[in-house]
Amino acid sequence: MTPSRVALAAILGKDLRAELRTLQSLPAMALFAVTTFIIFRFGLDRTQLSGSLAAGVLWATLLFAAILGVNRLFVAEREEGGFDAIRLAPIDRSALFAAKAAALVVYLAAVELVVVPVFALFFLDSAAALPPLALVLLLADLGLAATGTLVSSMAVNSRARDLLTPLVLLPLVVPLSIAATGALEPLLAVGGPGYHRFGTWLAVLGLYDLIFLLVGYAVFDFLVED
Amino acid sequence: MNTAIELRGLRRDYGERPALAGVDLSLSQGESLLVLGPNGAGKTTLLRILATLLRPSGGEVRVLGAALPGEAWKVRGRVGLLGHEALLYRDLSGRENLRFHARLHGVGGEAAEARIGELLAAVGMERRADDRVAELSAGMRQRIAACRCVLHEPELLLLDEPDSNLDAEARARVGELIGPRPDRARVLVSHDPERHRGEADQVLELGIGRPAAVAAEAG
Repeated sequence: MTPSRVALAAILGKDLRAELRTLQSLPAMALFAVTTFIIFRFGLDRTQLSGSLAAGVLWATLLFAAILGVNRLFVAEREEGGFDAIRLAPIDRSALFAAKAAALVVYLAAVELVVVPVFALFFLDSAAALPPLALVLLLADLGLAATGTLVSSMAVNSRARDLLTPLVLLPLVVPLSIAATGALEPLLAVGGPGYHRFGTWLAVLGLYDLIFLLVGYAVFDFLVED
Repeated sequence: MNTAIELRGLRRDYGERPALAGVDLSLSQGESLLVLGPNGAGKTTLLRILATLLRPSGGEVRVLGAALPGEAWKVRGRVGLLGHEALLYRDLSGRENLRFHARLHGVGGEAAEARIGELLAAVGMERRADDRVAELSAGMRQRIAACRCVLHEPELLLLDEPDSNLDAEARARVGELIGPRPDRARVLVSHDPERHRGEADQVLELGIGRPAAVAAEAG
């Protein structure tokens, strides 16, 4: 058996190289998020957002942008025979799950590096909330990547994959969304970041991540069987 | 001689429709099996079952000593598949694809580079090896796919129309790579039986709607 870390590095490296070369997911995700912020900016007719409204706008935008990346996560494996090539190799299939989830975390982090400053520019007084906000987004990205990878691996074999992914993914990430917006709300409060129940929401995010990473590890092998 | 493949009553159904209805055969290491049959007779299905990519619906299947599907993990990495799909990523170059497959099969570093260079030279693809696969012709992709198939020195080669899209020179070069060898068994699907009959030790004829296929010694 090829060691899982070698297989993980090979698959992740292949995905990142292909994305850098073709830019099929990242620009679309970033453009979608920035366009959505512009729509909110004029739709709400507000130059400042705070508290739960700010948290909701930021999270909903990032979540819908993430769906674009989730949809394309296994397309190369499906259309170019990568699933068969990986299934023929002497590797633990959970390495494929880990590599795809890691790739999605990288995509989400890269998009957030671009679009969160745009959000701050459009809607926030100061950038004081950004450092703790990065921690919340990192934990939320882990959970979203674990769930998204599972859903994408199931949906990719369906002709209705673009429809199926949001239909299955969105209900599954309701707990993640509650925890993420719960943690973001005090950070984006009027007058600067607060930390009321911040630790509790971080713990919920961490628990969600742990559960879905373990579920993914346990069931992924069955999902990629014929 | 070691048995590479042992099939007893192998069956595979797609819903109500049987694709393979009771295949029996035994193939030893170093031997070649030529599989013939019309479109839809189950030739590709047979190869995918032997490659552990598809589960049999019934019967006994032993590949390289492992009972499938339960012991499929023992077979993976010991089989090379060259099928209708090249199993190459279009946005990577041929060389990058081969490096990727080498790493998945636990071959890395200088050994992998040397092996990849040797295989690319064997199929005459050194000069185009760094072009993206999407920019290569179908025949060139097939040559890179042949390199992928034998990169990890498999003990069993599963070849589904390996000559597809190849010109005469490329056919000869690829034929050298995937030809008979005493240390590996081969299962070869072809629509051109006369070309391959000479190198086959057994011939398996599959037919649509036939309850069982028959394995026979080649003449």
